[in-house]
Amino acid sequence: MRKTKIGKLSAVNIALPGLRAACLFLILLPIVAQAETPQEKGLAIAQEADRRDSGWQNQTASLKMVLRNRHGQESVRQIRNKALEVDGDGDKSLNIFDNPRDIKGTAFLSYTHALKPDEQWLYLPALKRVKRISSNNKSGPFMGSEFAYEDFTSQEVEKYRYQYIRDETLDGRDTFVIERYPVYKHSGYTRLLTWLDKEMHQPLKVEFYDRKKSLLKTLTLAGYQQYLGQYWRPNQMRMVNHQTKKSTDLYWADYHLKTGLSTRDFDRNSLKRAR
Amino acid sequence: MIYRLFTALLCTTLTSGILPAGAGEGEWSGYVSSEYRAFLYKPADRRQHGNNLSLAAQPEYYREWDDGRQNFTFVPFLRWDQNDSERSHVDIRELTWLKAADDWELRVGIRKLFWGVTESQHLVDIINQTDLVEAADGEEKFGQPMLNLALIRDWGTLDLFILPYFRERSFPGVDGRLRFGLPIDTDNARYESSRQERNIDYAVRWESVIGDSDMGLSYFNGTSREPRFEIRHDGQALLPVYDLIEQWGLDLQATLGDWLWKAEIIRRSGQLEPYIALTTGFEYTFVGIMESAVDLGILSEVLYDERGDNAPAPFTDDILLGARLILNDEQSSELLFGIIVDIDDPGHLLILESSRRLGSAWKITLEARAFLNIPGNDLLTGIRDDDYLQLALARYF
Repeated sequence: MRKTKIGKLSAVNIALPGLRAACLFLILLPIVAQAETPQEKGLAIAQEADRRDSGWQNQTASLKMVLRNRHGQESVRQIRNKALEVDGDGDKSLNIFDNPRDIKGTAFLSYTHALKPDEQWLYLPALKRVKRISSNNKSGPFMGSEFAYEDFTSQEVEKYRYQYIRDETLDGRDTFVIERYPVYKHSGYTRLLTWLDKEMHQPLKVEFYDRKKSLLKTLTLAGYQQYLGQYWRPNQMRMVNHQTKKSTDLYWADYHLKTGLSTRDFDRNSLKRAR
Repeated sequence: MIYRLFTALLCTTLTSGILPAGAGEGEWSGYVSSEYRAFLYKPADRRQHGNNLSLAAQPEYYREWDDGRQNFTFVPFLRWDQNDSERSHVDIRELTWLKAADDWELRVGIRKLFWGVTESQHLVDIINQTDLVEAADGEEKFGQPMLNLALIRDWGTLDLFILPYFRERSFPGVDGRLRFGLPIDTDNARYESSRQERNIDYAVRWESVIGDSDMGLSYFNGTSREPRFEIRHDGQALLPVYDLIEQWGLDLQATLGDWLWKAEIIRRSGQLEPYIALTTGFEYTFVGIMESAVDLGILSEVLYDERGDNAPAPFTDDILLGARLILNDEQSSELLFGIIVDIDDPGHLLILESSRRLGSAWKITLEARAFLNIPGNDLLTGIRDDDYLQLALARYF
């Protein structure tokens, strides 16, 4: 079976469709409509979202992360992000920290996989040391934020089972509401209720349910812009944790797609050179 | 002298010659820090100091051009110490030009690098000399002048090193704490090489990632970074002796689920009898303990040295047991507790390290060491009364 990917929710690799979108969508609509079961329809939507966000090859972006605790106190991280699309597997990403200054130059290299543990390396500039780190558990927080590692990595189609729930209008946008059930056994979630914009095939909102099946977090995505006439990327992502009352805002800027990065920019050597 | 010349030459070359005018913006960063160390007991030698204040700064200049494929880095380091004049020192940690191509990388200049995987000690890591006055655990290193070509291939990375100048290890002075029973006379170091510190050392390292395993195989030929010691003729000090050695090293880490399995093995010849030394162990992480964001890691390593009690190394038949608490909070709070137990005698060493960011630019670090039941014939006997508590505050910019 050909491996495909769904649009990336991820900060790192937000993905999606193009503008041909509108036309394609009309053509595809009957096919989607013919899908018999909610499971088949959910999967078809995910596959279409993935198809539309394929081919961006590689990307660079800058990312400001604002962490807010329950008292509203903020702390800010500034990150440079590079990502590489990998055919038939999860994407590769390299995140380099510029702020806070005590972790400046710290770099995080990740090879994501749909059903296997990811491969992750951390570069600690003060020690000049590359550390391979355990990545079995993808549900831990990314850099003290409300984003888990698994929220932050590429969203392969086979990472989930799907179910179409309903159509709904969300803030004036037509959306498919689908549920995704993680296949990876160490996921921190039992289901993700997802509002997928019908035009962009990109998520506008995701509700995360924890292992006890209670609502844990809500992610909202806004400020989508289209790049290279095809790929949609959001400017803002807000994750609110309902249980801890903490939240994290991500502000994305300076997206560049198809910049000519190669696998060589995502190896241990490049990690040591990262600044 | 030669070293200064080398440095000056490199500075001049890099700033005037290779660095193209108008090639991207240079950038300064770095830190200044103050530390206060409180000792729990009176020193073993009455010449040694009591509680101590020390200040340090490490600015860093970085500039890149050629789409990031070339860069220049300059990192000086300065330390002022209230009591130990040997600890007040200046070093160039880095002064390097780098050129990165698709399948090779060339680095010329003074650099720091790290080889290895274990936590308790770093047997394989041999390129840089230890700046022992900076940290008694040997984690701080001097900059090493080098020519380094890395060949990057499908089968891994092959690093070739030419090391044209040797740096002597630093040791606390007569006044300093955390030293051997006798002070080290660093002005009268002995060398096996007739060229002394100008002996040209070389090294080769292959490293690769194969599935769940990260591995490295290395070979070093040159002046040993770790000296052995001879008693000075007057019996009042130790002389460091730097032999010419060959050292093979193998380091391996298997990352299996929440387990990290680690091993470092070396075989060294040329420093008296040839010997083998080994560090091996594991780290296991409980992710999100008690349904919180906190990770708890437990680690254990065995430290073995074939030379046993004759070794000029502190850990020859020991076990490390440790726990690492990572809070995963906004302040990146961390706590490490460890105990190194000598298998053959009652001596053991307690380690506590903890850090937390304050605001966005400050970091506070608490460190403690306790040396318990150290026998009189142990290499560490000189520090048996040097248990300390250290608080450091650093400002990053």
